[in-house]
Amino acid sequence: MQKKSVLVSLLLVLALVLSMVPSASAAPASAGMACAQTYTIAAADWLSKLSDKFYGSILAYWPLMAATNQKNLEDKTFAHIDNADLIDVGWKLCVPSKADAEAFLKTFDPNNPAALFGSGAKGQLVVGSWWTNAGEFAGLNEIFKQYKTQNPDVEIVNATIAGGAGTNFKGQLLTQLIGGKAPDSFQLHAGLEVETYSPGTYVVPVDDIYTSAGFEKVFPKDLLAMLKYKDHYWGVPVNIHRSNVLWYNKTLFAKAGIAAAPATWDEFFATADKLKAAGVAPVALGGKDGFELQHTFEDILAGTLGAEGYKGLWTGKTKWSDAKVTDALNTFKKYISYANADHDALTWAAATQLVIDGKAAMNIMGDWANGQFTAAKSTDYGWASSPGTKGIFVALSDSFALPAKAPNPANAKAWIAQAGSKAAQEAFNPLKGSICARTDCDLSKFNDYLKSSAADWAKDAIVPSVTHGAAATPKWATKGYADAVVLFATSGDVAKAQAALVAAAVDAGFPQ
Amino acid sequence: MTTAVAARRAPLRWRRILLYAVLVMAAGLYLVPVYVLLITGFKSQQEALNIFTMWTPPNVIGFHSFQVAWFGAPDSVGLEQGFWNSVQMVIPATLISSMIGSVNGYILSKWKFRGANLLFPLILFGMFIPYQSILIPLVQTYQLLERYTGIALYSTIAGLVVAHTIYGIPITTLIFRNYYAAIPNEMVEASRIDGANFFSIYRYILFPLSVPGFVVVMIWQFTSIWNDFLFGITLANTPKVYPITLSLNNIAGSFHVPWNIQMAAALLTAVPPLLVYIFLGRYFMRGLMAGSLKG
Amino acid sequence: MSRKPRNWERAVSILLLAPSILALAIFVYAFIGWTGYVSLTRWEGAAPDFTFAGLHSYQRLFLGQGTDAIRFHIDLRNMVGFTLFFLIACLSIGFVLAVLVDQRVRAESFFRSVFLFPMAVSFIVTGVAWRWILTPGDPAIGAVGINLLLEKIGLDSLKSLWFTDPTVKFITPDSPVGQILNQIGLGFLASSDVGYAMALTALVIAATWQLSGYTMALYLAGLRSIPDELREAARMDGANELQVYRHIVIPLLQPITLSAVIILGHISLKIYDLVVSMTGSGPGFATDVPALNMWRTTFDATLFAQGAAIAVILLFLVAVLIIPYLAYNTRAEAQR
Repeated sequence: MQKKSVLVSLLLVLALVLSMVPSASAAPASAGMACAQTYTIAAADWLSKLSDKFYGSILAYWPLMAATNQKNLEDKTFAHIDNADLIDVGWKLCVPSKADAEAFLKTFDPNNPAALFGSGAKGQLVVGSWWTNAGEFAGLNEIFKQYKTQNPDVEIVNATIAGGAGTNFKGQLLTQLIGGKAPDSFQLHAGLEVETYSPGTYVVPVDDIYTSAGFEKVFPKDLLAMLKYKDHYWGVPVNIHRSNVLWYNKTLFAKAGIAAAPATWDEFFATADKLKAAGVAPVALGGKDGFELQHTFEDILAGTLGAEGYKGLWTGKTKWSDAKVTDALNTFKKYISYANADHDALTWAAATQLVIDGKAAMNIMGDWANGQFTAAKSTDYGWASSPGTKGIFVALSDSFALPAKAPNPANAKAWIAQAGSKAAQEAFNPLKGSICARTDCDLSKFNDYLKSSAADWAKDAIVPSVTHGAAATPKWATKGYADAVVLFATSGDVAKAQAALVAAAVDAGFPQ
Repeated sequence: MTTAVAARRAPLRWRRILLYAVLVMAAGLYLVPVYVLLITGFKSQQEALNIFTMWTPPNVIGFHSFQVAWFGAPDSVGLEQGFWNSVQMVIPATLISSMIGSVNGYILSKWKFRGANLLFPLILFGMFIPYQSILIPLVQTYQLLERYTGIALYSTIAGLVVAHTIYGIPITTLIFRNYYAAIPNEMVEASRIDGANFFSIYRYILFPLSVPGFVVVMIWQFTSIWNDFLFGITLANTPKVYPITLSLNNIAGSFHVPWNIQMAAALLTAVPPLLVYIFLGRYFMRGLMAGSLKG
Repeated sequence: MSRKPRNWERAVSILLLAPSILALAIFVYAFIGWTGYVSLTRWEGAAPDFTFAGLHSYQRLFLGQGTDAIRFHIDLRNMVGFTLFFLIACLSIGFVLAVLVDQRVRAESFFRSVFLFPMAVSFIVTGVAWRWILTPGDPAIGAVGINLLLEKIGLDSLKSLWFTDPTVKFITPDSPVGQILNQIGLGFLASSDVGYAMALTALVIAATWQLSGYTMALYLAGLRSIPDELREAARMDGANELQVYRHIVIPLLQPITLSAVIILGHISLKIYDLVVSMTGSGPGFATDVPALNMWRTTFDATLFAQGAAIAVILLFLVAVLIIPYLAYNTRAEAQR
């Protein structure tokens, strides 16, 4: 018994020690770390494996990264590590002593990755985004390279956070902004999403960059209107995605004897009937994450009300009680009735896969779906603007914004101007699978889909996507509108859904 | 007597067989999820892709899924970081809340003061509340604390430890109070006659008897903190702090992670509490009773 | 105690208890008060806004015409439906298992362990495993999961869409239940706001798997505390086994049933993680529950005032269940 109680008290002491792990963040002393040895990365190495080897802990890879990056500033034979998960054979690492590494870890705060990067003569540039997928990541790196050539004395910190179309990122960013620990610039869906960050309080306008770089001349008029909130610009757009695309499987179309993609909703349902008669599932639909349904419905709204009517829904000019909204709801209901029964269990990607695999013929989805077609090396797919939206471009765009408390505002402004430049957009977009926000990009590097999309971008009426943050305030877009559509997709009650949509618009400050 | 037994034996045997048949069948049903987790986890990617053979055991047993579930792959994050985060969170939170509960239980059972009977249900209420009703102030408090004092609790492991410790106090106090209440007061009184005071009674009489109590409380706290999701998703905002349940949910929630890896990850997440359960199951059962039966 | 506590001991005991009391006073009671206050403000978006708005948020949730009201009504409907079926399943299965295990079976501890182990597992793990088991597949492409098994053993009629089934079985005014409700003056209950969403069944199955063993453990402890002589005496009086259970055992187990209802009931009212990992409130909002709605409203949509209002309502419902129980227990203890 005596022995056991000693054990328990030991455990308690341990608990107290563990609980006293320092939590307040001081500036880690990456500058003070000297290389105890150098190491060249071999095949099958990864950083946590090396940290295990050198320090006996798989989690102690931060000092390796910090010391190597610091060394890279003076001596380019050392590697520059942007992302701890991406290293390459042959890179030279600086390995600090175990004591130095432990000292570094004691003060290092993972929420503040700036310490992992050395500091250039002109300080750092911390860029926050959720671009972690291969293509986006590569695209972002291209802009970083360009920035580095022009600002060699600035050390770039790529603070990406993966996951969920930016939901993880946005959550953390918000606390950083409120807590005064902002990055220098961050990714923001162009449009009213900016309201999330209390514009004027946590983010500041970038009107002066528009003036000095002449952006008002190179972005389409409709896009400029979309970007303006309270008479100011809050970010510079890098890319454009299109929401209203109808994807179809050409082999299945041929099988059912269909010559062209349907241009109107009447044609669409006629086509769907023909496909059904030929034994082909006409429509693939996802709905697992809810947004797929909202996305489809915004394209139906645009296709039913036209560009002006659709835009008016979000500015109070078009009433949500309009008979055409009723039509749109009925169309949506009919669309769902042609879709796969298990759509509530499928993601947008799974639905796209059905079209690629020839299990369903058509699917309405944004043009990020094109990446999936090309990745699957599919050759027999076609695209058209979704029914009724010929001449309309339902757009969403990523931009870079300026936090009020950016630690290096001069570097940040240079970055934001860079993001809007022709060179940056031409380098970034072919890799990301989107088109330039500018209308003067050289299209030779873009694939066929993007070429056709860019041609439309230059001539179509541009309207904002609501599902992707551009058209309405976040509350309206993610609650009022979104919930009404999701509810409608299962209930099919047109009158109730329209009443809910009207109520949502009233809430948003547009009396109907 | 003998005749009566003989007359009842025949139907009795059939009833026993039926009884065992029902029990074995029920046990089989309860193990179905384990079966599915195991066979899917041990399958290769290729085999797991064929969802129509999901009930068939793997042709070749492979550990690839577990490797990917643990270390991650180029396009997915593994459980590794979450596992260590959870370990760092669960150990201090369990130990501290158990210690606090022991002291509280000692005072509330052996040093009753006026109002103690009223205070106790007020403490207990804290373990029944839906934590949704305290999340907003909790997040605000953490953020304000960081802004004004620099103590970083929001989105840090320390913050999770604090939350789990404080909201663990009611249950640990309850279990220890009931545990100490069962220790006869005569023992305490006898030692008082020998001159023992508040501290020496705890140190030399109750604490040495507390080991089973600590085991019960620690098992309870360990499993519930390990399994927690709500505090994790609310207070941890970055993968560097995510507890393992969040890592698992992220793996299972992303559309491009195949089933075999999801199942392997689920299994790995369940291993620590299951080990605790297997080795300390007797105490676990006692913990359940102590925490619930007596209010 | 024979010797009165000395003053310093009194002081030390209170001093040592004080930090816990203070922590709970702040982290439980003050925080609840603050949540209540937030629910009366206009706070929307990242920056707090404490303009007083009275009962605005509550009014919207209960009486509004918008989607938040529709969704909240669905939440309440689901909470009732889920709790009801979950309690019935857990209590009956738990009781039956306890009775079976109590028959002096060989390998009792093995059976007990098998039924109890799901309790040690996280709801997230449960959700991931059961979602896979209950994945329905597409009728055109082929059944998977449990549907595939059912197909193989010829029970096609039991196949279901499980958690992807969006249908809601309403209690319509002209249904038998609706007519009975009408006759006893509760006709308003027979509306489309009241019913059972079929997708909840999948959640009930998973939650019952996880917690019926726990219920069994509770009942088993209760059964073991009933003296054998009592049952034996009844048997002597000519009662058969069924009668023994009906007239002796079940009445004696009533306090256990009450405890189980309270514990399972408050878990079920608060259910959150299981829904997140299994259905994420879909299809539509067929499996949405207040705890989940609160989180999404507050932290995803940043409508803090409304989220706080949902939290307060949820707390109120749990309190209605818990406070009488705590009061009853305190009184029973005082009498002891």
